[in-house]
Amino acid sequence: MSHIIDEITKEQLRSDLPDFRPGDTLKVHVKIVEGSHERIQVFEGVVIKRHGSGISATFTVRKISYGVGVERAFPVNSPKIDKIEVVRHGKVRRAKLYYLRALRGKKARIKSR
Amino acid sequence: MSKGILGKKIGMTQIFAENGDVIPVTVVDVSGNVVLQKKTVETDGYEAVQLGFDNAKVSRVTKPAKGHAEKAKAEPKRFIKEIRNVNLDDYEVGKAVTADTFQTGEAIDVTGTSKGKGYQGPIKRNNQSRGPMAHGSRYHRRPGSMGVIDPARVFKGKKLAGRMGGETVTVENLVVAKVDPERQLILISGNVPGAKKSYIVIKSALKAKEAK
Repeated sequence: MSHIIDEITKEQLRSDLPDFRPGDTLKVHVKIVEGSHERIQVFEGVVIKRHGSGISATFTVRKISYGVGVERAFPVNSPKIDKIEVVRHGKVRRAKLYYLRALRGKKARIKSR
Repeated sequence: MSKGILGKKIGMTQIFAENGDVIPVTVVDVSGNVVLQKKTVETDGYEAVQLGFDNAKVSRVTKPAKGHAEKAKAEPKRFIKEIRNVNLDDYEVGKAVTADTFQTGEAIDVTGTSKGKGYQGPIKRNNQSRGPMAHGSRYHRRPGSMGVIDPARVFKGKKLAGRMGGETVTVENLVVAKVDPERQLILISGNVPGAKKSYIVIKSALKAKEAK
């Protein structure tokens, strides 16, 4: 039964994206449509979680923007993502880095892998 | 004129629209739909096409059902439904009805049997409210007043606990998200009644809004 669902979603899975894990710093290039005009916006921050599997997989990137923490969740296979650059591999001991939400500045640093 | 097809719910997943939006979809298998009979005003008093879906195991089929299927030169079917208000000339007895009956973006009504929930109280079954849980209320999840005392009985239709689910439910104005003629699948935006592997009827939307 479910192999039919796998087949449907397989066509939409993306294989062109790099491997990344929680703790890595990414530059996510997002396509944004304004009226008829399309442009690329870059969202740079730390991956704090990867969630789900297959077509419904998502990842969440956190950054500090003008002193305010901003988190944005992207579907991994979304066609809205133009490309992903891995800026830095981080070394962390947890799969979900929710503890970063309570930390600021020096304490929110992540060791490089 | 409306159209119809029978199918089997396979499950739910999501697809990406062209602009990148995520659409939650229900996958419906519609392979093997066959016109078993055409009902006409002269012979039956009304117009309809009878569709059959999903082959039945031959040893379990009654002789009348076998003979009925043979007239259409088809295998005996497990799920047989009539679709009313169709253009009879488009259908031919014994001919297959395929997934491309419907196009992407078309509005449809989907009928199925909802999941059985068993014996449920009035709060879950009739959307009633519960009483306070604390302050010694002693009135937590009860059904409320049984009504006026004068008739010395409870009126029919009083909302009480009982069997919930397992009814025929129609969800109106769903949208076809994608049609896969190769695999004979229809992807419907949103959810449809019933469990996986349950049978459903897909028809053109009765109260479809005019395209803006």
